[in-house]
Amino acid sequence: MRTAEALRMAVEALRVNRLRSMLTMLGVIIGVLSVVILVAIGTGAKNAVEKEIAGLGSNIILVVPGQVGLGAAPTQSRLDLSDVAYVRRVVGDPSKVTVAVNSGEPVRVGRVEVFATLTGTDENMPHVFDRPLRRGRYLTETDVDTRRRVVILGSEVAAKLFGDVDPIGRQVTIAGVRFRVIGVYETVGSTFGVARDQEVHLPVTTAQRLIGLPRINGIAVGASGPDEIEPLRQRVVAALAARYPGETFSAVTQTQLLGTIGTVLGMLTGVLAAIAGISLLVGGVGVSNIMLVGVRERTKEIGLRKALGARGRDILGQFLIEAVLLTTIGGVIGILTGVGGALLIQAVSPVPASITWWSIVLAFGVSAAVGVFFGVAPARRAARLDPVVALRTD
Amino acid sequence: MPEATGTSVPAFEAIGLTRSYRLDGGVLVDALRGVSLRIGQGEFAAIVGPSGSGKSTLMHLLGCLDRPTSGTLRVNGVDVATLDDARLADLRNRTIGFVFQSFHLLARTSALDNVALPLVYRGVSRAGRRERAKAALEAVGLGHRLTHRPSQMSGGEQQRVAIARALVGDPRVLLADEPTGNLDTRNGEEVMGLLERLNEGGVAVVLVTHDADVAARARRQIHVRDGRIERDT
Ligand SMILES: Nc1ncnc2c1ncn2[C@@H]1O[C@H](COP(=O)(O)OP(=O)(O)OP(=O)(O)O)[C@@H](O)[C@H]1O
Ligand SMILES: [Mg+2]
Repeated sequence: MRTAEALRMAVEALRVNRLRSMLTMLGVIIGVLSVVILVAIGTGAKNAVEKEIAGLGSNIILVVPGQVGLGAAPTQSRLDLSDVAYVRRVVGDPSKVTVAVNSGEPVRVGRVEVFATLTGTDENMPHVFDRPLRRGRYLTETDVDTRRRVVILGSEVAAKLFGDVDPIGRQVTIAGVRFRVIGVYETVGSTFGVARDQEVHLPVTTAQRLIGLPRINGIAVGASGPDEIEPLRQRVVAALAARYPGETFSAVTQTQLLGTIGTVLGMLTGVLAAIAGISLLVGGVGVSNIMLVGVRERTKEIGLRKALGARGRDILGQFLIEAVLLTTIGGVIGILTGVGGALLIQAVSPVPASITWWSIVLAFGVSAAVGVFFGVAPARRAARLDPVVALRTD
Repeated sequence: MPEATGTSVPAFEAIGLTRSYRLDGGVLVDALRGVSLRIGQGEFAAIVGPSGSGKSTLMHLLGCLDRPTSGTLRVNGVDVATLDDARLADLRNRTIGFVFQSFHLLARTSALDNVALPLVYRGVSRAGRRERAKAALEAVGLGHRLTHRPSQMSGGEQQRVAIARALVGDPRVLLADEPTGNLDTRNGEEVMGLLERLNEGGVAVVLVTHDADVAARARRQIHVRDGRIERDT
């Protein structure tokens, strides 16, 4: 029998029991819908984080004391500015090495007070990180050497403190000390939950005095190209380990961060999709169940078709196509609502969602496969019906 | 085995057919206990006998809906034991037309599509099916009922649709199990007239009946009792 004919019969069968078909489909729809939405959210989160990391700049190596990793205890930093000079000698190009000292402090202008992340750094910061200025200038060597009380504001801090007024040349107060604003950064968004637009940069030396500790939190090294990253990373780690025997230092690269975070988020997406997949499976069981009911109801019809010359495989095909039609229609509806839902979530909430073509193709393929898998048992039962027994049934 | 088509080959040739059913308790029921018979091409035979004597069972065997427990059955010279299920389905489709007591029409389907159904399994195109189904319906006098559904037709009309379905594929034989059993006298009369006309056109007709008047119209009566042929006249 031709597929077109089987398809026509399947459509007819689904149409006759419209409500029942819809309810059965609902299981598949919900399954596919949740897979599509969860994969979209997982992928969206991954993309967002990857974009953040890439937004830092290119080919950056971050050197921090201790072990970096999930669950590792934070280590008290033992690095200071002499270590930065040491790393500069190791790297060879001093402009490609910069430093960070972090602290959180309120920043005040008149009565307006904003809590900001203070980052002490130096004139090489813009050579390593990608941090465009909106107005003003970067820190200079002299700023650092003479511990000038100057700051560069993140765009959000600037907006909160000064509104529409140009902050350049104006004063801000941090921990009772007055600073002069020399620059404002462009808006860059956040990285790892660090809102970089809420940062305030100042000379590292000034920051150390403000905090009262001669330590630094980390060193950042910029490699000249992607191929340089790994050898440079090893060189820096080896040099620090040689300088401080028995201590560990970590140097993480963007690629590693991307890799680790990608893996974690990929796994998370996988787990979410698998959980959603279970509901698809339950939907499949529903299809199987309703198909069995259909076979029983249509015993007489099946017997008649066989008497008139239908082979087992014609009947098998008819019921399989019916099951697959049921799940693929459900799949398509699930995909459409899933895509719609993901777009809606993205529009009304801060959760990023990214729809990938493969998740849609996969969802369609899986729903068709669910139809075949869960349709086989009822279809085989139908195909094996004895025409005599089937015709005698009333 | 080549299919013999000469008129010398009987439509059915049964030798010692038996059919037993095993009940759930394991008890064997012998529905047929050794039936041998020949039905020639173009014959008109009635199978009669008391209820439970095995008439329907015999009919199902002749129609290749069922396989005998033992014995040999040749349909148009072909031993059905040599055919697998798919070939048997094809044999039913091409050489046998069925008419049932309770019509067995598809409820939500038009007369036209009901009649066209056997041609679906022969791979005839949709247009070809409709054309032939229309001709068959006209042949049974239902040219004006093409789009009617079974529920919109009288019992007699439904049985005529079933007959049109049985002959749409140009079968060599028509098997009818109590075709008038569910009909009143007038409709039964009409159906019998139709079967007679078909028989005159060269189709062998084998029908099962309880009705002595109906049986009398056949040229041959095969009396079945207790799973055996008691008398064949
Ligand atoms: N599937 C089955 N399982 C067990 N026994 C069966 C089965 N089908 C038929 N029989 C038995 O076989 C015997 C013959 O049945 P069959 O239907 O051929 O009789 P029949 O002559 O057609 O009767 P009726 O005139 O009432 O239609 C009966 O005793 C019946 O109970
Ligand atoms: Mg009977």
